[in-house]
Amino acid sequence: MELLERFAAGDLEAFEVLFRQHQREVYAWIVRIVRDKGIAEDLTVETFWRIYKYRARFKPDGNFRAWARRIGTNAAFDHLRHARHETPLPEDVPCAAGADPAVRREVRDQIRNAFYELPAKYRLVATLALVEEESYADIAQAVGISEALVKIRVFRAVRMLRKKLNSLGVEVIAK
Amino acid sequence: MSNDEITKKMKELLKQAISPVKESDPRRDLWPQMLAKLEEQPAGAHAIPWFDWALAALAGAALIFFPGIIPALFYHL
Repeated sequence: MELLERFAAGDLEAFEVLFRQHQREVYAWIVRIVRDKGIAEDLTVETFWRIYKYRARFKPDGNFRAWARRIGTNAAFDHLRHARHETPLPEDVPCAAGADPAVRREVRDQIRNAFYELPAKYRLVATLALVEEESYADIAQAVGISEALVKIRVFRAVRMLRKKLNSLGVEVIAK
Repeated sequence: MSNDEITKKMKELLKQAISPVKESDPRRDLWPQMLAKLEEQPAGAHAIPWFDWALAALAGAALIFFPGIIPALFYHL
């Protein structure tokens, strides 16, 4: 019996093989969304727990990688929704190597705060599209929505950020 | 400014404040944690979520307290 068939039938050894094959990739995707290594590790385990729980729904001729990424995205989204106001902001600063020195630390903090205050569904796609520069097609597949909807959510997130930053006096883009 | 230009501009600005994640490997083997979770919360393939039980209880209570809805229910089935 093939590995995926054995997994779908509930074989724990097959599950372990799949876990070891895909844990790095699932973790790498989740950490891009939640931006915290410890939380990403816990969510990776949560993702594989869900994968094992719903194994009967997996078709052995299907794409396990895409299915795992979708479940991982859902787990990360659940985290963003419930932990927004509970966990401190991830430490993204010091910022990227190519950061413009003209952009002051205070302004960077305002940008980060505004970004992390976005509603979860917008923050999810905005993080992947604007910060991680993932393709709209990959984001759409992982989130389970159309590419057009990804584009709409990204644009709405940008509009919310722009409004928030302008209200804070950060004139990022001329109105 | 077009929507695409605004999005591009915002992307440039975000890059100043939020770095893309570069290191993308877990710090340890997660399999032992996975096994511990499976022992703690067995993931039976046919486990019924709590909200399904809650929905069933609500439906049962509705049938007991409002038996008049039974014919309507059969009609709609």
